[in-house]
Amino acid sequence: MTGLALLIPIALGMGLFGLAAFFWALRTGQFEDMDGAAARILIDEEGDSLP
Amino acid sequence: MSAAPQIAPAQERTVLVVPGMHCAGCMAKVERGLAELPGVSAARVNLTARQVSVAHDAGVTTPMLVDALGAIGFPAQPRVEELAPPPAAVKPLLAPLGVAGFAAMNVMLLSVSIWSGADGSTRDLFHWLSAAIGVPAIAYAGRVFFASAWGALKHGRTNMDVPISIGVTLATVLSLYETVTGGAEAWFDGTLMLLLFLLAGRALDAAMRDKARAGVDALLRQAAPGALVVGRDGSVEWLAAPQLVVGMVMRVAAGERLAADGEIVSGQTRLDNSLLTGESAPVAAAVGSAVHAGTLNLDGAIDVRVTAAGQGTTLAEIAKLMDASGQARSKYVRIADRASRLYAPAVHTLAALSFAGWMLIGHAGLHHSLVIAIAVLIITCPCALGLAVPVAQVVACGALMKRGIMVKDGSALERLAGVDRVLLDKTGTLTMGRPVPDPAVLDALPANAAAVALALASHSRHPLSRALVEALAARGVVAAELAEVAEEPGQGLRARWHGKAVALRRPGEAAGMATVLDIAGEPAWLIPFADRLRPQADAALAELAALGIEASILSGDNAAAVAEVARQTGLTAQASADPADKREAIARLQAAGRKVLMAGDGLNDGPALAAADASIAPGTASDVGRQAADLVFLGDSLDALPRSVRAARRTMAVVRQNFALAIGYNVLAVPLAMAGKVTPLIAAAAMSLSSLIVIANSLRLVRAAR
Repeated sequence: MTGLALLIPIALGMGLFGLAAFFWALRTGQFEDMDGAAARILIDEEGDSLP
Repeated sequence: MSAAPQIAPAQERTVLVVPGMHCAGCMAKVERGLAELPGVSAARVNLTARQVSVAHDAGVTTPMLVDALGAIGFPAQPRVEELAPPPAAVKPLLAPLGVAGFAAMNVMLLSVSIWSGADGSTRDLFHWLSAAIGVPAIAYAGRVFFASAWGALKHGRTNMDVPISIGVTLATVLSLYETVTGGAEAWFDGTLMLLLFLLAGRALDAAMRDKARAGVDALLRQAAPGALVVGRDGSVEWLAAPQLVVGMVMRVAAGERLAADGEIVSGQTRLDNSLLTGESAPVAAAVGSAVHAGTLNLDGAIDVRVTAAGQGTTLAEIAKLMDASGQARSKYVRIADRASRLYAPAVHTLAALSFAGWMLIGHAGLHHSLVIAIAVLIITCPCALGLAVPVAQVVACGALMKRGIMVKDGSALERLAGVDRVLLDKTGTLTMGRPVPDPAVLDALPANAAAVALALASHSRHPLSRALVEALAARGVVAAELAEVAEEPGQGLRARWHGKAVALRRPGEAAGMATVLDIAGEPAWLIPFADRLRPQADAALAELAALGIEASILSGDNAAAVAEVARQTGLTAQASADPADKREAIARLQAAGRKVLMAGDGLNDGPALAAADASIAPGTASDVGRQAADLVFLGDSLDALPRSVRAARRTMAVVRQNFALAIGYNVLAVPLAMAGKVTPLIAAAAMSLSSLIVIANSLRLVRAAR
């Protein structure tokens, strides 16, 4: 049973961490521009050195 | 929208709408192009809203930014503030969805251990933990439903949220009681899962509406946003439309739309009123003529003294008519609400009956009877029913959007599916609404003459020149090299080509729209322009007929012009209809029991679009037209009409199947619940399974728009 006392808080803590991260993302506008975020990764950095 | 944090408050921020952006390359070009301007410190694109937010010094003006974007190939418009999008519908649902998801997963984890045999103090501990997670989560995530149910009950009505709220509240209270008294079962898991599924359905519905609205808003914000205003001292300043005041003089170049009503004080031109009246032939205007907002200036630059701006324009009159027209639409009750009107009383009766039955006949005691009644409530909670409509509509709207048809909300699809009559506006809807050069003449042009014509036309912003450029470029013509190009407003363009004088000019006294191509030493070419039927108009009308939808033309244009199009399409027509006539024509058909689809584009179609059971407008329509219409289609082809009707009918077929599946599940599960045979495990599994089946069935609509 000591295992449970350790594992349940860990499981809950990880879940809460995920929830907190989600709320942070909501609040900082990470969901404002879903299409743009998907496309932005394809933009080449300006002035990058030639291969 | 997105407040970019890196923008310093001391600077000015301008939001421009750039409808042409749709990929990473566009984003990079726009951001870099703007950032290179002197005085601009940052530019950040929001691709979803098709906007770019620019931080710049006070010395940089909006037209400078617009010109810079135009130079790199992206037409842009300043954002019209009144048309700034309303707050997103999905955003307030995301946080409850996250909380419900987190809580449901953790409580389910604890429940699985209880089902697999945990008992005694371990079970009590797990129940307490579930309660600690579940009760706050239910209170938070359930607010959406509680608020809506309370709003309905206050007005003596009931909706889908009433049984949900009652079921959720009762289940939570009883689970708490079980936990406190150390009982064997608690229902936090089932309750949270129920909330999770229902919130997911709501969020999908809201996300769809947001997405479609973002697309439509991007188009809306292209409306004539302002004008160059000439001051007393001759200085010229650009002002946004809301800042225009009666008495100002605005300078309107050829090819621009008027931003306000007024009277011409200098210059003469021809005006295209088609957006306002549906009348397709250009009207000559000179000093003293009254002109209206939304009119396109075709030929020469004019100065116009503003006589009415903003809400005082002809536009406002039409807006008043539109306000009075939305009656039929606001009376429409969505299918999900219709279903819940029958469903909610049935569920409550069943739960009450099982409680009374077990109390009186089964002698089961208060506690046991209550448990069974709650099991009935939980298992009948319209989980699959709540998903049945939104998921199907979201999938269908996504499919339509890929085909360039934007649906403003789910109820539009429901209304569109029932349509059996279509009225089509002529100018701009059945036809392209813009001059197109005669293809027969273009075919006959020798290659070098075509190259010269393209080169000349590309130097002008005149609507005919632009139509010529578009048509010739589409034929693969490459522009010739010209020297000494000069444009004389209202007259045409002159240049030298291999030493020969060439010109693209206004024809002498030829009737109708045309342009003349002169090449020294060769006979002149007359290129006539006309408004033509949209591509595939005949095929689209034939398809509509095959769908059992009778079509006719309802136009504000004169009888002769309408008769010509009626002859080409074989439709019956009503000509010279003003906005009120159009609205009456629709009311007559509705009174006769027909469900009317209105397809129109102009300001004059606004009231009719608002009055019809469903309405569709092309993307090139006036802002009023796009705002009033349920669906907006991009691209030229009229094919969008039968396509969207077919998709709407398929969607409704799937919605009905989904209802059948959800009700079928209840028919199986309710007797078990009433007999007291349902454990929380079975309830949770059955609920998820029925929801998954409904989602899977809806996904078949991915190909609905073919």
